[in-house]
Amino acid sequence: MACFIAPAAEAIVTTIATSVVKKKEKEADAGVVSHEETHDSVSGIRFSEKLGWLNKMLWGGSALLAFEHIWHGEVIPVFPFLTAIKDGEVSGMLAEMGTAGIGMAALVTLVWGGMVFAASRIEKRSADAVAEEK
Amino acid sequence: MTLLITVFAAIITTLIWYKNAPDNSMRYGMLTLMYWGASLMWLVDAIFEYAELGAEFFTPALGDMVNDSYLGLCVVALGLIIWLVYLFVKDPKGIIRSILTRKAA
Repeated sequence: MACFIAPAAEAIVTTIATSVVKKKEKEADAGVVSHEETHDSVSGIRFSEKLGWLNKMLWGGSALLAFEHIWHGEVIPVFPFLTAIKDGEVSGMLAEMGTAGIGMAALVTLVWGGMVFAASRIEKRSADAVAEEK
Repeated sequence: MTLLITVFAAIITTLIWYKNAPDNSMRYGMLTLMYWGASLMWLVDAIFEYAELGAEFFTPALGDMVNDSYLGLCVVALGLIIWLVYLFVKDPKGIIRSILTRKAA
């Protein structure tokens, strides 16, 4: 019906969060350049870049799912844009968004969490290997 | 079938991304993440459908299978179009920019 709206809503929030984090990282960079110049370290992936992975999965997935809904006639090009609202099935639509939609957003976020965890472990291992070499 | 076709697209693009990494000039990562995102979302959809239909979920009618396969191929094509637009907008190799500036000069 409209399950893609839940991950799309999360994508809006994470996109805003990414731009806030990116701004903070730029500010931090300006403040710690001299610190970085004096410390050799293995450069890790920035958190804003990791959030970018989540954004791409959520926006991409939502866009392709929205296309599927257009295919099945669940999304229409005229107001109110959703056939569920037009046919008075709002409660059914909300129930689906609350179950399948939230489930989709949660699974994508969970997989992203796993990716971030794995990336952090690899970065830590690389940093440890560099420290041992010294 | 839509889920299966999207999963195969995700696996193939992941292999292409891995083969070319760490070179990110073609932005394969974006395409890979988009297909994986859609695959995960359709997996949840499939789980809910399985919970509703049971074993019947695995024996779809031929007409439904053909329609779902056609949808899956269209989804893959749409993903490629989104990636192409993203690639041309980002223009990491500066090809579009150089063509436009050459024409302007």
